[in-house]
Amino acid sequence: MAEEQTADGGTTEAAAPQAGKAKPPLKAKGSQPSGEANIWRYSRRDFFSVAGWGSFFLFFTVMLGGSLRYMFPRVLYEPSTKFKAGPPGEYPPDSVSEKYKKSNRVWICRQQDGGFYALIAICTHLGCTPRWLETDRKFKCPCHGSGFRMTGVNYEGPAPRPLERAQISLSEDGQLQVDSAVKFRYELGEWGKPGSVLYV
Amino acid sequence: MRLDDVKKQILNSQIWKSVFRHDYKDTQRNRFLQILDNVFLHLHPTRVPRHAVHYGYTWGMGGITFFLFLVLTVTGVVLMFYYRPTAEYAYADMLYLKHDVPFGMFMRNMHRWAAHAMVITTWLHMLRVFMTGSYKPPREFNWMVGVILLVLTLLLSFTGYLLPWDQLAIWAVTVGTNMARATPLLGHEGPFSSMLGFRPDNDVRFMLLGGTIVGPPALLRFYVLHCIFLPLAASVLMAVHFWRIRKDGNISSPMESEWKAVQSEEIARRKMADKTAAPASKPVSAGTPE
Repeated sequence: MAEEQTADGGTTEAAAPQAGKAKPPLKAKGSQPSGEANIWRYSRRDFFSVAGWGSFFLFFTVMLGGSLRYMFPRVLYEPSTKFKAGPPGEYPPDSVSEKYKKSNRVWICRQQDGGFYALIAICTHLGCTPRWLETDRKFKCPCHGSGFRMTGVNYEGPAPRPLERAQISLSEDGQLQVDSAVKFRYELGEWGKPGSVLYV
Repeated sequence: MRLDDVKKQILNSQIWKSVFRHDYKDTQRNRFLQILDNVFLHLHPTRVPRHAVHYGYTWGMGGITFFLFLVLTVTGVVLMFYYRPTAEYAYADMLYLKHDVPFGMFMRNMHRWAAHAMVITTWLHMLRVFMTGSYKPPREFNWMVGVILLVLTLLLSFTGYLLPWDQLAIWAVTVGTNMARATPLLGHEGPFSSMLGFRPDNDVRFMLLGGTIVGPPALLRFYVLHCIFLPLAASVLMAVHFWRIRKDGNISSPMESEWKAVQSEEIARRKMADKTAAPASKPVSAGTPE
């Protein structure tokens, strides 16, 4: 209580001796009328208290921010999301190719009508890599048994939604080009959008 | 005779006396001092109630957990002499430890089994504390410290899981860290996080892995967390945890004796009140319940 009062200007008797210590420089100026002794709303003690604690917290806030930023690297040594997948003629209709699964985690699929689509080989359950089972004509995840049809639509196991499709296009030199950073999700109605299927 | 002289000389030497500042006469004071003057023991209470050393009450689970932590620290440091936390070497070093390093397999297995056991004993310790009601005031703060220690134990277990760098490790950690995608606000697939601009390459999972996939940066990050950050944090909190036991009045007691004493005191007080109140005119509030 007494300390609070002191901070407010040292008016109570209990705080007087403490306030007296902070005051002398102010009172020492004899030319000032005594009535103006309390024109300062903040004592020197208040100023140094705020300045001290302020710089303390400012320092640690900046340190914390810097430490957090430090944990987010600027450069990633990960495979590029964009890659070329060879000429379209390499892929027969109604087929799934695992050629780019290991390097880029993408299946290049071709429908019976000749349309191309690229499925991202990340299980929508918890992110494992499913396998294409040619005899069963399905994608099967080894982790928890999720199954997807050739279109990528889930039909068994815990996966909550279909596999995601990556953007597929033709490059200038006539090769298929895939960018797995651009995704098309079935449940958002994105599988009909340009880029989700490619007719050559 | 000569041996006694040597002993006396050692015990009276300045070196000995500078380390041990109490003598060994079996007095209350010396027994306190033995605990208080020892940096390792001073966290421990100087007195332990008789029932607290009974295994049926505490199961010794907190102590066993701490012992397993020490085993893990020692075996872990031993393993660090041969293990390099990089994608090129980690798996090969693990196999080298397992097959070729003298006692390597023994140390690795000891580390592994102690890790499994520590998770189990931590839970059992928590169960015991819950069942004996030892989380209640004044021990609620220590309960919270214990909950954080439980989380740290699980995180130590999880980060250690990646270090063998085999298929099991990589996919288990892939699955585990994918859950972080769904963190509210901070994970890029969590609620409200797309509004805050979180993407796979700037969310909380990215910070944990140091990348968007479980790759070499994740291995290094988990290694540092496993060997430096988490054990340090756990050690600090363990010191607080043990010290708080003493400060909160030692291991919790069933309070049977105290409860009985309070009860008999209360009975006596009521009897006295009845005797004094009976002859006087009956005040309303002093009605004696049957």
